[in-house]
Amino acid sequence: MAETHDRPPEQFTLRMRRYDPESGEAPYWDEHTIELEPHRSVLEAILQARDRFDGSIGIRCSCRQAICGSCGVRVNGEPALACHTHLDAAKHSARDGVIEIEPMGNMPVIKDLIVDMDEVHWKKIRRVTPWLLAKQPVPEREYLVPAESMVDVTQTIGCIQCGACVSDCLAMEVDPLFIGPAALAKAYRFVGDPRDDQHFERLNDLAQDPHGMFDCTHCFKCVDACPKDVNPMGQIMRLRRIATNDHHIVDQNNGERHEAAFTSLIRDNGLLWEAELLPRSYGGNSWFGKFHPRAGKELLSSLPAIVRALVRGKVTPAGALKPHRIPKPDLRSIQSIYENVESREQRSELNLYIAGEDEEPPPPEVPVVAGVVAPVAEMESADGAAEGAHSAPGPEGTTKPPDPETAAEETSEGRAPEGADVEAGDSGSSPPGAEGSTSQ
Amino acid sequence: MKVAYWPGCVSRGFTPELHGSMAKVAPLLDIELVELDRACCTGAGVIAEHNQELADTLNARTFALAQQVDGAAMMMNICSTCQGAQSECQERLDANAEYREHINGTLSSEGLSYEKGLTNKNFLWLLVEEIGLEKLRSLVKRPLTNLRVGPFYGCYIVRPRRRLGIDAEHPRDDYLHHVIAALGGTVIEYAGMRKCCGFPIITMNKEASLKQAGRHLGDAVDATADCLVTPCPLCHLNLDLQQPLAEKVVGRELDMPVLHLPQLVGLALGLEPKELGMNRHVVRPTSVIDWSASVVGAAA
Repeated sequence: MAETHDRPPEQFTLRMRRYDPESGEAPYWDEHTIELEPHRSVLEAILQARDRFDGSIGIRCSCRQAICGSCGVRVNGEPALACHTHLDAAKHSARDGVIEIEPMGNMPVIKDLIVDMDEVHWKKIRRVTPWLLAKQPVPEREYLVPAESMVDVTQTIGCIQCGACVSDCLAMEVDPLFIGPAALAKAYRFVGDPRDDQHFERLNDLAQDPHGMFDCTHCFKCVDACPKDVNPMGQIMRLRRIATNDHHIVDQNNGERHEAAFTSLIRDNGLLWEAELLPRSYGGNSWFGKFHPRAGKELLSSLPAIVRALVRGKVTPAGALKPHRIPKPDLRSIQSIYENVESREQRSELNLYIAGEDEEPPPPEVPVVAGVVAPVAEMESADGAAEGAHSAPGPEGTTKPPDPETAAEETSEGRAPEGADVEAGDSGSSPPGAEGSTSQ
Repeated sequence: MKVAYWPGCVSRGFTPELHGSMAKVAPLLDIELVELDRACCTGAGVIAEHNQELADTLNARTFALAQQVDGAAMMMNICSTCQGAQSECQERLDANAEYREHINGTLSSEGLSYEKGLTNKNFLWLLVEEIGLEKLRSLVKRPLTNLRVGPFYGCYIVRPRRRLGIDAEHPRDDYLHHVIAALGGTVIEYAGMRKCCGFPIITMNKEASLKQAGRHLGDAVDATADCLVTPCPLCHLNLDLQQPLAEKVVGRELDMPVLHLPQLVGLALGLEPKELGMNRHVVRPTSVIDWSASVVGAAA
């Protein structure tokens, strides 16, 4: 990095989206060329343009070190903190070498790069009652809770309220009333907190709301947008998991029925039976679900699509009425996995944000042969053969030189806050050593 | 190249033309498909939402079965959602040896065990990274000249970038562009090409779901695309099967054909639209069929 910092100033051209709603003029693009060292931030570049060329450029900022969350913008179409984006990286990702800066999406523009966070983001945050509804009686001194139970919510506590996930949320793009990723992640911060007394009420509220937890489309936009790895979509999935599994909340949005129908159809057939999934999601999770009035109504509204699918031979009546199944012995294995996992006293979950990754040498390309584990000697000799072998690289922060002897100890360090005890609970049903596992 | 082949559920259910066209195209690309017919659904994120360990175990079983396929270079899928769901489980399994051991413990009654490091690629990734665009270009018999194709990536194959191994060296979120161009087609960009088709919330918020599909299709119409191509059968359900309903929600006629990736490849490799099951789409791919007829006519 030292080398990078020694690089002399260079010229960078910024193309900024300008808009002043009060002026009555349409938005327009404005270009300025500034000069700064490549490691400096996009925010510094915007401020230099404002100081040198046009004092009317609107940008909100404060801490300049990715803590306050004020300078959320879009850089080359992607959400980012302007203070946390290096100029050389921004230039590299620009289409034509010009760094394009726009205000965040899904929120009205106040001026230029400043959006109205109150109108959208903060309104949604307030919607989820973002404070502790404490268990009574309130103790005279502090609440005492096991450290590991708080480690679980550290990921959501990491949120700096920058609005990047809100800006990029695709569900909000079509449904502005969607509570959205930041607020739902904030809701999990309290649902996961053992001191809070209103878990059921919070979950029931968010499950029944047509724009609540079941309105998320699984698009992963917020996961990539978040500069702090809060993984809002992951938190929304946890809200759903707890609402349906632990509190047995049956919502009016088909969320619980859909999950139950999907999960049990795979248990019963091994493969998805689409023709049965839809009516069950509406009418209830049984073969009779399709006769429920809700399912009938849905069937009727989908008739134009169903008729065309039948006419084109895309779907045959026999195919719709009969599930496709995997072979019987395999189906029995699948069912035994279901029984095995679902009978555990505590549901377990591995959160890599907290657990981190094993610090092992990168694996050699494992040949796909007969499920036989390659002998250790062979694995070691294959050092460096791993190039191109990873289709799914894990999170960052694993670049430490491998040391197999200490690897096991290092694993437990993860990314937990200093001083926090990250050991998993001693439940025999938790996966051994899964430090990031929780019982959510 | 021999691969352990995971076709997914929907390619054998509501989009049978996908599985069928892949089977037709594979030999032309010298891909030997060994179907994992003992494996179960990936859970499409829904089983993970219900119980993460259950999804991880079911997918670890599939990975273990893939590792048993003698001589297979890797596992291949033809469904973006499968890729996304499997990558998520694999990320956890590969990250933590003790967790993997725990999951393998559940699989042991069947004599199965997942060994860290399986390579699992969607057909799109395999086309670009294993077969290569040069080779693909050389195999083209009927270049898609003047066919205006809009890529529709969907979500599960482009996000999250880190998990899916997308970086400057592996711009996997641009691969559809490269493939369309290599087949001789014209790439049509439009606003929704990497957005969500809306399928995951079709039962929870149908209007929002169809508004998503309708908007992207409308964007593609405005960009004068002849057709879209997608590597995801679930996107295909919302964009093709549901298109008559999406038209009502967005209040405009769309009539935008949507092809599965193997269909587009097959067309350029000389197969006929009917062989590729294009007659089974809800939105008749007339523009594509007319185009192929005109190309054949011109050649004659």
